[in-house]
Amino acid sequence: MDTGPIWRAMLRNKAGFVLIALQIAVTLTIMVNAFGIIQERAGKIDRDSGLDEANTFALASVLYADYEREQRMALIDEDLDLIRRLPGVVNAVASNSFPLRQGGWSMGLQLEPGNLGPESVSTAIYFVDEHGAETFDVEVVDGRNFTAGEITWSDPEDNTWPAYGLITGALADELWPDDPGPYVGRTVFINVTDPVNVVGVIDKLQAPWESWSGVEKSMLVPQRRPSEFVRYIVRTEAGMRDELMPEVESLLADSNEDRIIRDVTTMDETRKLAYVGDAALIKILSFVVLLLTVITALGIVGLASFNVSRRTRQIGIRRALGASRPAIVRYFMVENSIVSAIGLAIGAALAIGLNIVMVEAFSLEPLAWYVIPAGMIALWLVGQAAVAGPARRASRIPPALATRQT
Amino acid sequence: MFRYYAKLGLLSIRANPALSALMVAAIAIGIGACMTIVTVRHVMADNPIEHKNERLFHVQLDNWNPNDPYDEPNEPPEQVTYLDATALLEAGRAQRQVISFKSSRVIQPDGDEARPFQEVLRATSADFFAMFDVPFRYGSGWDAAADRGEERVAVLSSAMNDRLYGGEDSTGRLLMMNNEPFRILGVLDDWHPVPTFYDLNNNPFQGPEQIYAPFSTAVAGEWGSTGNNSCWKPPEEGGYEGYLASECVWIQMWVELPDESGKAAYAQFLDDYVTEQKQLGRFPRELNNRLSTPGEWMIDREVVDETVGVLLALSVLFLLVCLLNTIGLLLAKVIRRSNDISLRRALGANRAELFRQYIVEAGMIGVAGGLAGIGMTWLGLRGIENVFAGYDFIEHLVTMDWQMVGLAVVLAIVSALGAALYPTWRACRVSPATTLRIQ
Repeated sequence: MDTGPIWRAMLRNKAGFVLIALQIAVTLTIMVNAFGIIQERAGKIDRDSGLDEANTFALASVLYADYEREQRMALIDEDLDLIRRLPGVVNAVASNSFPLRQGGWSMGLQLEPGNLGPESVSTAIYFVDEHGAETFDVEVVDGRNFTAGEITWSDPEDNTWPAYGLITGALADELWPDDPGPYVGRTVFINVTDPVNVVGVIDKLQAPWESWSGVEKSMLVPQRRPSEFVRYIVRTEAGMRDELMPEVESLLADSNEDRIIRDVTTMDETRKLAYVGDAALIKILSFVVLLLTVITALGIVGLASFNVSRRTRQIGIRRALGASRPAIVRYFMVENSIVSAIGLAIGAALAIGLNIVMVEAFSLEPLAWYVIPAGMIALWLVGQAAVAGPARRASRIPPALATRQT
Repeated sequence: MFRYYAKLGLLSIRANPALSALMVAAIAIGIGACMTIVTVRHVMADNPIEHKNERLFHVQLDNWNPNDPYDEPNEPPEQVTYLDATALLEAGRAQRQVISFKSSRVIQPDGDEARPFQEVLRATSADFFAMFDVPFRYGSGWDAAADRGEERVAVLSSAMNDRLYGGEDSTGRLLMMNNEPFRILGVLDDWHPVPTFYDLNNNPFQGPEQIYAPFSTAVAGEWGSTGNNSCWKPPEEGGYEGYLASECVWIQMWVELPDESGKAAYAQFLDDYVTEQKQLGRFPRELNNRLSTPGEWMIDREVVDETVGVLLALSVLFLLVCLLNTIGLLLAKVIRRSNDISLRRALGANRAELFRQYIVEAGMIGVAGGLAGIGMTWLGLRGIENVFAGYDFIEHLVTMDWQMVGLAVVLAIVSALGAALYPTWRACRVSPATTLRIQ
């Protein structure tokens, strides 16, 4: 079909088309940038914490009676013994935190002893015994796990850091960026002067803070801490978690009256809570994009309907002169395509501009190359669908109308 | 004349119910989206202690690592050490001074049935209540003597008093915490500062603590901090004593000063204090002390999440789309009514009169959109509450006040009038002759 007459007809009544084109442009701008954020957050949520999340839960024991250090050590031993002996429990460990929990302990590591400098590398710390690796479902990809003999109880009078560590590959890569493995046997320094010998490298264990840029860096430390507040992490056999969770809770609650058991939570719940903000943002932005598309579609329908009713006589004349019904439909479709093309071209430029601003101002990721073309195609299709109804109505205008005076 | 135009406008709105409904809906949805985000941002950025903003100052001292600032480019730590907090409290150079930290205890309610529970509390010095204008329902806070005597006394929030004592006047009763009795001195009236400006660490939207006890008592009992704790080097000695003597920061400090000159004098005092400490081998970095008002401190700590900024930008664009939509529809309406307009012009109506008539009509659509927009905002906030279910503090962020309702209406009317300008101008340009000629 010849687009020339359509284009010239549009020029005679620019305002309405300009408005729709602008609306499409801004819609595309919001749509692709929102989609970029959705994509980024969804990628964040999809990250693996390293744990056997479906079969792991945690709980905390808070002692409120005045226990001596030895009594607290004995209680932790008893608790772990009770839990580990339960049928269905794969393993359990007492630790200070676990991935996705949002609270934890971090330390700076460096290659030379001395005060922390700008070159030091931060890592999350998990205090565990030799059962830590299995409970956290981490694989020692190089070197070995801790031996029972390497595990110490922390001593409040002695701040010396334990001499062994299991580190994630991500942490090793950041410590020695120019000197790749094997990392086993190397020494790093912590607490100014304390050496830590890398006995093994583990595949994956996230830090407790999902929003930290160094979330993949963590270190297992062979130490147990006899504090009043102890977290137990329990890994069960597949499908046993929901059955064992209340069992472990009441077992511990009944075994000692001088404490309370709290924060009994599955890893699934912990993950949900950790990513509530990201999941919410995805929902909000998806809803916004949907709503926006609907509003823009309604705007297109409105303008097209208006044009159809304004041109009723002209359409009748065209029909009387031999234009077929598909030709009338095509006229409106092509007209919409022209408006869309202009709007989408402006929108693509605006979208790139907004993305540059947002990347600068809000530390977002730049858009993937295909997002803008995909958005353009999607909005063009929406426009065609929106104009289809009024166009079909236009095609049903009888040729006889041409002869009538309005 | 206004009433006549309003009547005409109403007639015209009724004449095109679908088109009018679409316009009102577009404005309402745009306003709703925009105001939802504006409201959340408004609550997050609120300064609950605005009325004392010029007199309260958050204290920062730079005791950090000589090789590496606490935060780039050269930010001092957010909190202070035990050494400095207690020394500055003791010096008493400000009108009031408060040192505090977040801790937790196991509360053992009276009665055999009630189960003990763990509760976050605030260990603070005596001036906390007077300094932050905390209202009391029963009793009062403690005094400096209680601080000095490390007394086991406590203040409860009204919610905690309801939970433990059914809301009655519990002053004088003994509350068991970790097997130690604390005498209740006072019960707070309703007090819900959001954000909790006095401690912006962790989550400042969670609301204030429910129990308050003297800082000195907490330290004597070796209570740990459940807030943030940062050290740039390990304590030299072991145990709690070693921790108190260390360069670890874990205490929030605030001072109240009468005016600008008081602030300058206190800043000088801090510099002198740090210089003196340098003689003892502490404070290896250059002088870098800070006094920030609550407002400055909240901006400094970026209380408003940047995601809210992204959403705000997108929601303003969203409103723009809705307005473009409305402009398009109004224009369609005007063009369709060209005949009426030229008839009115031919009969003697001048442009100013036509302009007034159509602006009144657009204003009516704006008011309707604004009112519906308030409803939409309410729905939007419920939606936010819903998608954030799991954050127990979200309810604090999704409340609308009259300021926001007013803003919604104003925004709607301004938007509708702004949207009406071009179509109305077009209407005024219709000449008396052209359209009549076609007839």
